[in-house]
Amino acid sequence: MRFKDVFSIIGPSMIGPSSSHTAGAVRLGRVARELLGAMPKEADIVFYGSFAATYAGHGTDVAVVAGLLRFGTDDARIPDSLRLAAEVGMKVTFRAGAGAAVHPNTLSVELRSDDRFCRMTGCSIGGGNIEVIEASGFDLRFTADYPTMIVFHGDRTGVLADITRLLSGANVNIGYMDVDRKGRLGEAATAVETDGGLSDDLLEEIGRLPGVTGISYIDLNGGAEA
Amino acid sequence: MRFRTLNELAELSVREEKPIYRVMLEDQAMESGRTAEREWDKMKQYYGIMKEAVRKGAAAEGGSRSGLTGGDAKRTLDYALRPDSSLALDAGKAMAYALAVSEVNASMGRIVATPTAGSCGVIPGVFVSSQERFGWSDDDMVGGLFCAGAIGYVIANNSFISGAEGGCQAEIGSAIGMAAGALTELKGGSPAQVVHAVGLALKNTLGLICDPVAGLVEIPCIVRNGFGAVNALAAADMALAGVRSVIPSDEVIQVMLEVGGAMPDIHRETAQGGLAQTPTGRRLAEQLAAGTRTSGDRKDGENDGE
Repeated sequence: MRFKDVFSIIGPSMIGPSSSHTAGAVRLGRVARELLGAMPKEADIVFYGSFAATYAGHGTDVAVVAGLLRFGTDDARIPDSLRLAAEVGMKVTFRAGAGAAVHPNTLSVELRSDDRFCRMTGCSIGGGNIEVIEASGFDLRFTADYPTMIVFHGDRTGVLADITRLLSGANVNIGYMDVDRKGRLGEAATAVETDGGLSDDLLEEIGRLPGVTGISYIDLNGGAEA
Repeated sequence: MRFRTLNELAELSVREEKPIYRVMLEDQAMESGRTAEREWDKMKQYYGIMKEAVRKGAAAEGGSRSGLTGGDAKRTLDYALRPDSSLALDAGKAMAYALAVSEVNASMGRIVATPTAGSCGVIPGVFVSSQERFGWSDDDMVGGLFCAGAIGYVIANNSFISGAEGGCQAEIGSAIGMAAGALTELKGGSPAQVVHAVGLALKNTLGLICDPVAGLVEIPCIVRNGFGAVNALAAADMALAGVRSVIPSDEVIQVMLEVGGAMPDIHRETAQGGLAQTPTGRRLAEQLAAGTRTSGDRKDGENDGE
């Protein structure tokens, strides 16, 4: 099911004017920000399809940047996000990408901080709902409707078993998983959607597992603004 | 959720002897892992936001950022108060309130997507005007929103709710179907009548393209919300009077999918066709493009890498 619950239909509460171009874009920006795990110094945003044609009119540009600042979809500061980003030293560029997109409303974000880099591609599928289709070079699909952990790890026997064992030990139910690897025994990444939120301790424990090289945690309903 | 189609939803409602909104509420609590009370409160908060948007828009506090639109809600409401208005007061209010919420949306004000921001006026227009008319409580209306959500959930997962995917029929069309079904239940209609109301409403918007002038959610989106509210009232009245959707509503939803899939890109929110590409539509888009370059209300400068 692309749409999971009643609040993906009635909702979100949001600043207008477009749920796909504004609210969905805020959420996509927020996912990218959580993937990076830090305040970006540089953000390069590329719009495709209908996004490319109309991003300025719908405020899609200010919406993505609001997400990078960790604003919610109904934050009254969204229209001011470009100024607020400049104030915290974030350098933002926008451009329209060429070529066919997988979905009419698609965008890619590349983020850099002093020591981190991440790339994310996602689609805004209507009513503020999103589908991420790429995270840092991996074909990972998830909606961020639920708390979502992205684990970067080596493609080794038992890594997933270690992760799921820790989750089950903490009584966390997995709703959905997606795994991709760049090659056999190469780099791999796993997206795990869970029914409940994950504690910092649990995330640290998973991050220390053998073979795990990085971890990001996305909880669009929780977490504080920064 | 335990239902994938409107037929399954109506069957659950009949079998468990509870209204559709109740089925949705209980399934929602199961899905989210939160209590039904908490989900109810969240929806009630959303209804508060809708009422506030009606109030702001009707007082003409919602001028759009582009300057293309604004003030039509107040104009329409004033006219609805006249004894010679064709719609008469109650339907006129539904129309005016729907315009009001859409105008607030265009002004980057706060609204609730129902199911999208482009179609955010239809449900508040129908709900707030009907509440005033029939004296229903806020809790009655919150139940109505769960019913509308159940209908939208089926439409979204079997077809689409975004203009970019399926044209305006997917946005305004879905909103009208949701509002019509919910109003039918609020007025005591049976689950079967609720489903007929949805099918009747959807049939009337099949094929509606998404062709926003300058790509903005203003022209023709705002007036389509106003018309949508009136159509929802009409569909609910038809269903309550006993009119049936001879083509079952679940089959109508499949037609929406077929039509939207066949719709050319220029008619799916890209502003490359339809009203957006009329001589006047193009002129307005060019004026706005020139205006935003010089007005400086968008902080472009070094933050714009274009």
